[in-house]
Amino acid sequence: MGRAVRGEALVAHDGFSARYDLDRIKGVFSRPAHKLVGQSYVGKILVLDTAKGGVATAWMLHEMQARGIVPLALVLNSVNPILAQGAALGDVPMLAGFDEDITAAIPHGAQVEVDPQAKSISILV
Amino acid sequence: MKLNDEEQDILAGKFGLLPQQALAHQKSVGEFFGAADFVPVTQAHIMADTESLGEAGVLWLEKLATITEGQRQVRVPTITDPRGTDFAKAATLGQTQAMLDLERRAIDAFVKLGVTMTDTCINYQTVQAPIAYEHVAYGDTGVVIYSNSVCAARSNFEGGPSALAAGITGRTPRYGFHLPEQRRATLRVVVDFTPGTLNEWGALGGVIGRLAGNYWAVPVIEGGEGVPKSDQLKHFGAAMASFGSTALFHWVGITPEARQLSDVASAGIPSHVVSKTDIDVLQKSYMVDDRVDVVVFSAPQLSLYELRDLAALCEGRRFTVPLLAVTSPQVKPDADRMGYTARIEDAGGSVLSGMCFYQSYAREIAEAKGWNRLATNSAKLVNILGGYGYRPMLASMESCVNAAVSGKLA
Repeated sequence: MGRAVRGEALVAHDGFSARYDLDRIKGVFSRPAHKLVGQSYVGKILVLDTAKGGVATAWMLHEMQARGIVPLALVLNSVNPILAQGAALGDVPMLAGFDEDITAAIPHGAQVEVDPQAKSISILV
Repeated sequence: MKLNDEEQDILAGKFGLLPQQALAHQKSVGEFFGAADFVPVTQAHIMADTESLGEAGVLWLEKLATITEGQRQVRVPTITDPRGTDFAKAATLGQTQAMLDLERRAIDAFVKLGVTMTDTCINYQTVQAPIAYEHVAYGDTGVVIYSNSVCAARSNFEGGPSALAAGITGRTPRYGFHLPEQRRATLRVVVDFTPGTLNEWGALGGVIGRLAGNYWAVPVIEGGEGVPKSDQLKHFGAAMASFGSTALFHWVGITPEARQLSDVASAGIPSHVVSKTDIDVLQKSYMVDDRVDVVVFSAPQLSLYELRDLAALCEGRRFTVPLLAVTSPQVKPDADRMGYTARIEDAGGSVLSGMCFYQSYAREIAEAKGWNRLATNSAKLVNILGGYGYRPMLASMESCVNAAVSGKLA
């Protein structure tokens, strides 16, 4: 769901939860066990494995969007209802469900285009 | 998505702006998941602490609450998850006036929308448990997994905005665990021991949650002796939902949908064995230091029985580090009447009500109070608090109480 965007991909075969994984004030991944710990997510296209954790993400994406400390888009192998509900309220483009492991297909740091309506993600040369 | 006549009227605005907005939001989520239609729900449960809402979320609620009275109320019983504070104990937590002001504004808006402020994540123990086959729209992952699994009710994880929408429209998109085929087991877990203490039940849930790994996985469990108690399955389910984003489990011979394995599982699904060693490894992975700055019992809120056990352990003790026990507004008056609160607080602890530790600005509390090394018997809490700058450690209720006395976790 959402609009098409272009940006830098932050890639890890790890989960995503706004409450569990992020320092939402500083705009970085903060959970010590997360593969992207310490990295800024602001304005990045997050390419991750699956939605984790609780229901807070449904509000938090909206709150993060209001402050501009928000990922540009979310791309996941699988999502849960919370992430879909949160992306709908927070107006964060989201794409999920692929025939391959998307975290293996997209190189970390690549420039990509995400088009949720076309259900596509492509690497920009 | 197929809409009936009433739903088409709602979407056309014939019932007012609020139901129209709510149904449009639900429709976009339903279509994302390929829902065929809507299903009526009897109850909704909203997770909406102000730490998650922020100023932006509270303004959003306040805007909804300005809609004309009579056109803004929920149409099915709609209750709330823990709030971001216990106003009576805010100073104990080092919370600021700004946090409390935001909390009051959110409550005022919810009341105007007709929401019932129960402030609990154990509504299945304290308000009204759903019955089998009842379709509901619950927030709080612990509430959903318990209601789906132990009660055999039907719910997805409904985040705050979607749960409120369900309360307003009286329905939710029919996808996920509202569908019988989605409730079939996808992995089998044989447990070759029986957990004892609540932290062990939580750790077992955590291990199985990690194995399950995502929302759509449904573990069916076999093994263990006897019938677990409600508090044991509460910690088990809450941890599984936290570690795995899992929303439903079956336990053969225990939960209603799985009288036998073949009721919920097809032959050939992946199978795992979980031993006591696995939960010991999980618990030890958090034990980084034996010193403790604070002891917290929360997530889920404590039942009357848990407070009874805690009060007995606190009898005649004197704490040297803060001990917090968090319960629901329904349980707290009973704990007061039974003398449990007095016994815990006479030892130097605090009993808080209507909040949950991790939904109450845990990061800011850590900074204000200098709390870093935290002991708890909640596996869910240790999983969450790592991201909030704590070093959480998992131990039994008894060990945690001892740590509150000595300052060290033995």
